Amino acid sequence: MKCLQAPVSKILTWSCVDGPGNRMVLFLQGCNFNCLGCHNPHTIGQCNNCGDCITACPTSALAMRGGRVRFYPERCSDCDDCLKTCPIDANPMVQAYSVEDILTLLRENRFFLSGITVSGGEATMHVAFIKALFTAMGDDPELRHLTRFIDSNGHLGPAGWQELLAVTDGVMLDIKAFDAALHRFLTKRANTRSLASARLLSDAGKLFELRYLMIPGFTDAETEIDALIAFARTLKGSVRIRLNGFRRHGVRGEAAHWPAMSRETLEAAAARLEHAGAGPVALPAV
Amino acid sequence: MSSENPSFRRIINDPKLSVAQKARYLSLEAENSLSYPVLDDETRAALGDRVICDMYEGHAPYKPRYVLPDYGVVLSKGSEWLELPAPQSLEQALHTLMVAYHHVPSVTGMPVYIGQLDELLLPFCDSVPDESLYEQIKLFWRYLDRVLPDAFMHANIGPSDNRVARAILRVDAELKQIAPNLTFLYDPAISSEEILRIATANIAECSKPHIANHPLHKPLFGDRGYGIVSCYNALPLCGGASTLTRINLAKVAAGSRDVEDFLSRKLPHYVELNARLIEARIDYLFNQSGFMESFLVKEGWLDKSRFAAMAGIFAMAEAVNSLQDKSGAAGRYGQDAAANALGYRISATLAELVAARPLESVWQGRAMLHSQAGLSTDTGYTPGVRIPYGTEPDPVTHVRALAAHHKYYASGISEILTLDETVKANPEAVLDLCKGAFAMGFREFTANVAGNDLVRVTGYMIRLSDVEKFNAETGARSNTTALGAEAAEFTSILERKPRVVANEMLAGACQ
Repeated sequence: MKCLQAPVSKILTWSCVDGPGNRMVLFLQGCNFNCLGCHNPHTIGQCNNCGDCITACPTSALAMRGGRVRFYPERCSDCDDCLKTCPIDANPMVQAYSVEDILTLLRENRFFLSGITVSGGEATMHVAFIKALFTAMGDDPELRHLTRFIDSNGHLGPAGWQELLAVTDGVMLDIKAFDAALHRFLTKRANTRSLASARLLSDAGKLFELRYLMIPGFTDAETEIDALIAFARTLKGSVRIRLNGFRRHGVRGEAAHWPAMSRETLEAAAARLEHAGAGPVALPAV
Repeated sequence: MSSENPSFRRIINDPKLSVAQKARYLSLEAENSLSYPVLDDETRAALGDRVICDMYEGHAPYKPRYVLPDYGVVLSKGSEWLELPAPQSLEQALHTLMVAYHHVPSVTGMPVYIGQLDELLLPFCDSVPDESLYEQIKLFWRYLDRVLPDAFMHANIGPSDNRVARAILRVDAELKQIAPNLTFLYDPAISSEEILRIATANIAECSKPHIANHPLHKPLFGDRGYGIVSCYNALPLCGGASTLTRINLAKVAAGSRDVEDFLSRKLPHYVELNARLIEARIDYLFNQSGFMESFLVKEGWLDKSRFAAMAGIFAMAEAVNSLQDKSGAAGRYGQDAAANALGYRISATLAELVAARPLESVWQGRAMLHSQAGLSTDTGYTPGVRIPYGTEPDPVTHVRALAAHHKYYASGISEILTLDETVKANPEAVLDLCKGAFAMGFREFTANVAGNDLVRVTGYMIRLSDVEKFNAETGARSNTTALGAEAAEFTSILERKPRVVANEMLAGACQ
């Protein structure tokens, strides 16, 4: 188990927006959705070593070695030109981390943390890695007080969740849209598995938060908000619903021309949810 | 023909200053028209070049810089000089304190320390219901802000979880005033988790209180204890600090050939000159000014043996970067492990040098090292050992980069961690950060939540809206807003990411 590795695009030791308290956040590379409005499109693909990024790098932090793109972080100036060049939404700066590497980072930072959140990309494309990491945390006297969270689009099937549930404290799950055709248009996938995952996690008492991104002209329709209310009502107990607003920051393609979501519309939707007894509802702090 | 001093006229006719502020600045001009305490040539030259600096405290020190009276004396015995009986009720106790504050001088002309309020007031609270306690604290708080509008004024509470501390935290979050500033003394063995939670939630609300690592401070000060005042100075209670003089490390580094020359020759030289400056100022205060004959000393509010001398330093970041340049090293202070390690070596050397230099009429015979938070005229120099504005890493990395300095700065080291507004929805994260900082050896924890109108300027609070108002020539009610406005104009404090105003004092005038 110890030699298990995962591709990591970024690690934060300070985050107050990825679950309760300050959390170490692990962003794993790769996603099984391909959302039009993705705010972090460079986390979707896996590098195929085409090498297009190498010439784009102004500080020679990337090089081809033995047919593979190698990254030299000490030379990197964080300009992100490689990300803009990549034709497949991958990231040549991704580094492989072992479970033991992450445990070492957790030990170094443990006095500052309430826990860890594994995010993405889509975290659950790396079930074996997460299971090994969370199990090892639970077995470690210095780390077992830390809570273990996953941020997911819910596309993982029930067998996958069964692997993770015993060692996971909470899941923050995104529903991209309720209308099946709209979901398929936005993500290239059906939403049936996401909805089933939300129910499964809610039944297991592990659904920490349901997240919903409001995109003007798409997911802010009354019918969508009504469907969100109806769905939330079918979940066990009261689940916190976090409404996020679409912003252009980081998005690519046609979505870069979509309007940003207004605070007023978010607040109106929150009021509607609360009035219907769904929630509690959380909105972005800014 | 009379020869006028033009600055007198300028102060008097300044439409932005209140009458009281004018009177205060005029008194400073008068003091500074006297000759300076006698200094040897070397020390005078270093002061003239501002390699060492007296914080523009004035030419004839007639009061200690920071006075921390034991208000327990007047609350238990009353005062013969002030013709006050010992109070018997909470109302009387608060009234006694309100009278007492007007007789406590400091370098700002207003009290910098208003007491360990929960410990002082708890004996009077037995028969006072919670709501009435809250109402009385609220009136008291309003009085402090309106009558003594100086954000250097500092109240302390903790480490126990008690009714008075809770009432103060509730009122402070509700009123969001500039004054008083507030420190909660935290001790994991005594404080409850719940009161630390309330305190850190207050930080998300109004960037106060500041939290002190009580187990680190307490053993240094003996049975009579300590207080946290002004810009997070830890000083002996029932005494304080006679003076604070500081060394500009960037200027010392600029005049050094290399790291070796800096550490083994130039730094010892300027620590010595700084000590001579301290001696000259303390000699005047103790042996000529008459302060130690005041009723505060006679009645036991103050003990003349408990006045520290603060040996301050600032511009560590610029010093390290300049020494790195001289060694051809690229790493920058705050970002690079080797640059940070050089910083720790400098702090360790400073602590050794200061501990090796005896001083008379100084608590424990040695100065206390202090990471000094800045003056509003410090353009181009970063306060204390801080990481330069705009280049700070995330708060956890920030704490880890600076933690190793903290053990050297016994009389205080103020660092401001800037948190973005998203933390308001998750104050638990502030609690985590505070606990992490203390576990790494931080002496004090200070956080500023961006987007708050109320923000810290190095160690004191101002309202951003007041700064805007002041700049629009309407004048401001509180003294420190004048300082903040000056700081905002001169230095890059508003560039701190996100917006933090930083700086301590207006040179020459309203300290």
